[in-house]
Amino acid sequence: MSAMAVEFKEDYLQAYRLKSWLLTTDHKRIGLLYMATITFFFFVGGAAATIMRLELMTPKGDVLPSPDAYNRLFTMHGVVMIFFFLIPSIPAVLGNFLIPLMIGARDLAFPILNLLSWYVLMIGGSIAIGILIFGGVDTGWTFYTPFSTMFSNTMVVPAATAVFIAGFSSILTGLNFIVTVHTMRAPGMTWFRLPLFVWALYATSLIQVLGTPVLAIAVALVAVERLLHVGIFDPALGGDPILFQHLFWFYSHPAVYIMLLPSMGVVAEIVPCFSRRPIFGYKLIAFSSVAIAVLGFLVWGHHMFVSGQSMYAGMIFSFLSFMVAIPSAIKVFNWTATMYKGSVRLDTPMLYALGFIGLFTMGGLTGLMLASVAIDVHVHDTYFVVAHFHYIMVGGAVMGYLGGIHFWWPKMSGRMYSELLGKLSALTVFIGFNLTFFPQFVLGYLGMPRRYYEYPAEFQVLNVMSTAGASILAVGYVLPLAYLLFSLRRPPDAGPNPWRASGLEWQTDSPPPVHNFEEIPIVTRGPYQYSPEGAEAIDGNGDDASR
Amino acid sequence: MWNFPLFPDQASTIAKHVDALYFFALGIAGFFTAMICVLILAFAARYRRKSTADRLNPPTASRTLEIIWIGGPMLLMLTMFTWAAILFYKMYDPPVDALEVYVVGKQWMWHAQHSEGRAEINELHVPLGRPIRLTMTSQDVIHSFFIPAFRVKQDVLPGRYTTMWFEPAKIGRYHLFCAEYCGTNHSAMGGWVYVMEPVEFQQWLSQAGTGASMAEQGERLFVQYHCAGCHRGSQTVHAPRLEGVYGRPVPVQQGTEVRFTLADYRYIRDSILRPKSEVVAGYEPVMPSFEGQITEPDLLKIIAYIKSIGAKEATQ
Repeated sequence: MSAMAVEFKEDYLQAYRLKSWLLTTDHKRIGLLYMATITFFFFVGGAAATIMRLELMTPKGDVLPSPDAYNRLFTMHGVVMIFFFLIPSIPAVLGNFLIPLMIGARDLAFPILNLLSWYVLMIGGSIAIGILIFGGVDTGWTFYTPFSTMFSNTMVVPAATAVFIAGFSSILTGLNFIVTVHTMRAPGMTWFRLPLFVWALYATSLIQVLGTPVLAIAVALVAVERLLHVGIFDPALGGDPILFQHLFWFYSHPAVYIMLLPSMGVVAEIVPCFSRRPIFGYKLIAFSSVAIAVLGFLVWGHHMFVSGQSMYAGMIFSFLSFMVAIPSAIKVFNWTATMYKGSVRLDTPMLYALGFIGLFTMGGLTGLMLASVAIDVHVHDTYFVVAHFHYIMVGGAVMGYLGGIHFWWPKMSGRMYSELLGKLSALTVFIGFNLTFFPQFVLGYLGMPRRYYEYPAEFQVLNVMSTAGASILAVGYVLPLAYLLFSLRRPPDAGPNPWRASGLEWQTDSPPPVHNFEEIPIVTRGPYQYSPEGAEAIDGNGDDASR
Repeated sequence: MWNFPLFPDQASTIAKHVDALYFFALGIAGFFTAMICVLILAFAARYRRKSTADRLNPPTASRTLEIIWIGGPMLLMLTMFTWAAILFYKMYDPPVDALEVYVVGKQWMWHAQHSEGRAEINELHVPLGRPIRLTMTSQDVIHSFFIPAFRVKQDVLPGRYTTMWFEPAKIGRYHLFCAEYCGTNHSAMGGWVYVMEPVEFQQWLSQAGTGASMAEQGERLFVQYHCAGCHRGSQTVHAPRLEGVYGRPVPVQQGTEVRFTLADYRYIRDSILRPKSEVVAGYEPVMPSFEGQITEPDLLKIIAYIKSIGAKEATQ
């Protein structure tokens, strides 16, 4: 295996000077820049969550000095996790790294624009960190008006600016991916030979390009009303507070699919590889990604069932929200069916992928309850919603991200990690996650509202369970950081294709050479050339994979 | 240790209907979660790499299967949607004999005003077995009136009225929360709802009040703010009479056209705060704006008064 890694060929990681990283236009390096950035933000947001969970261990406010401190904390948790971790997570890290490799290209269509996207995110992120240091913001990540425009006396305008700027990073990345997929595919790489990860990222990019400008407009209007007192949202100035909610959710609901679709793409790569079976129902999965992207734009009003919007509008949004569940259900069934008559191995990426399927299924099904208007009236703005969207965004998106990182780590770094610790981390995350968020469903139906600094004493037991789970979850998230970094101490030993996966990205070296491929490959077949026959022989051959 | 609730009280007539739908949805969620988990575990075990299970002719796509797992969930979802939508409609549509209570939210307290005159802060007293209709507004930011034991919630907005209704079905004391984040003391913005025997409720209503009903208090404000000067009697100023106007269509001049608008809470409120926006046809826009001069609870009283003179008219 390792004999194949020829020493003389220059891989993309060589050249260590800082300048060579900061001025790189190599999509793989930019992917790693993003990875470092969002890992930092993940742990910032995670630290905020940890303090919140500690505060919520007791009904009275005691860990934090004031309700204001708590309000700033959950706002920063939301803003950082959503705009600076989840939205750039898979698209900007794995998407950047993998799309050119998967379609047989040497880079993205616009390499310099790609680097610019990262700098734009860094500017937005720096402002966000500045806000955290210099006082914070207390509007919640949703910036609801007129509270955000006329009542909050925290750093709303800087926060709006940070989100506004970060949005452009997302738009530029999406644009880059769309153009790349259209124009840079290798000869023979037809649309239906694209890996499903690429389909998922393509659908995601559509949302990023079409949705993000609306968010930018919404937060810009918040700044305009706040600074210039132009009546847009505050009724006292002649505005309409519900208008903001429409604008905000028009982006922020599809944004959930920006976080989720890429994870679905990752799962569609991992499950066939570790089942040694072609994916079940390729076309249906591909089209369901696009269907989710399109339908996702028509359901924003389900965030507003009790906002005062008309009853009939509520019913229509309810109906459309049920419809968006169909393509998601298709995917879950198809992934599961892929395992049938396969040759299954439960390596770390597969454990994460299966964890994703389970948690996403629960998140999706509780989403159906929220889509049922009459139930939503009761559970809206309670911990039920908090639990539901964490099942989607953490149980779903983050599990998928970690699964992808573990799957492609050998490709990105050239190294294997400790399989034992990997499995341990997947299991710890799964258990810790359920213990953290399952009690919150019960809390929510009991009626505990979200964003509460103090709460009635009878909710305490469930909150303590949740906090206990969060501490397990924290261990599960620190573990991969530790052993993945630790794996870098060893020389590259993974070989080009430790999982015997059939995608184009596995046909080049690990880590890949600067220009990805010696020669641009000519594609003659679909992406999932797996067969359960002879899978055991592969195992024996790739023993270094199981270390 | 085990003395903590896992399920909320069912203290309103709608609660058990919402819970029934919830349990149906839980059943579906439980079934599909279990199905997926069992299948995954079973496949992972049966088709583990070392097993010698039959792997001949694996399907890579199946039109029949795909139709089943699109069609099946679709039918279940349509059932859930229809059930939920019908229930939602019921929750929106108050019975005509509902008792009226008026709620004003502000950072960070709830003010409730009964038609009979008694007002309360962070508490709401209601009689058992009688539909209650809340008309609500906010003095500052968006709040949300939430009584978990009743399974009802409605956002309370500045600058407009929202309504909700419920019928208490169980004597007791229940949590009242603000569910929409509204700033510093959001989590402290709440209190208790008391469901009382109707007789006790009547006694409670007559205790410690000013003695004057909401409409009577409104009439005093009507005079105090000089509304009466123009809108009542035969003054020199030409202003529309308000008797019987509530609940009727009003002709409103819009440029050269006349359009009819229902004289409801919104219209009367807007006519007091922004009188020039919807002027009754045939009148000059001479009324001054009272924006920022009348508090939300007082506005509700004035509207209650205007409503009451309508009711008197109607019975004659």
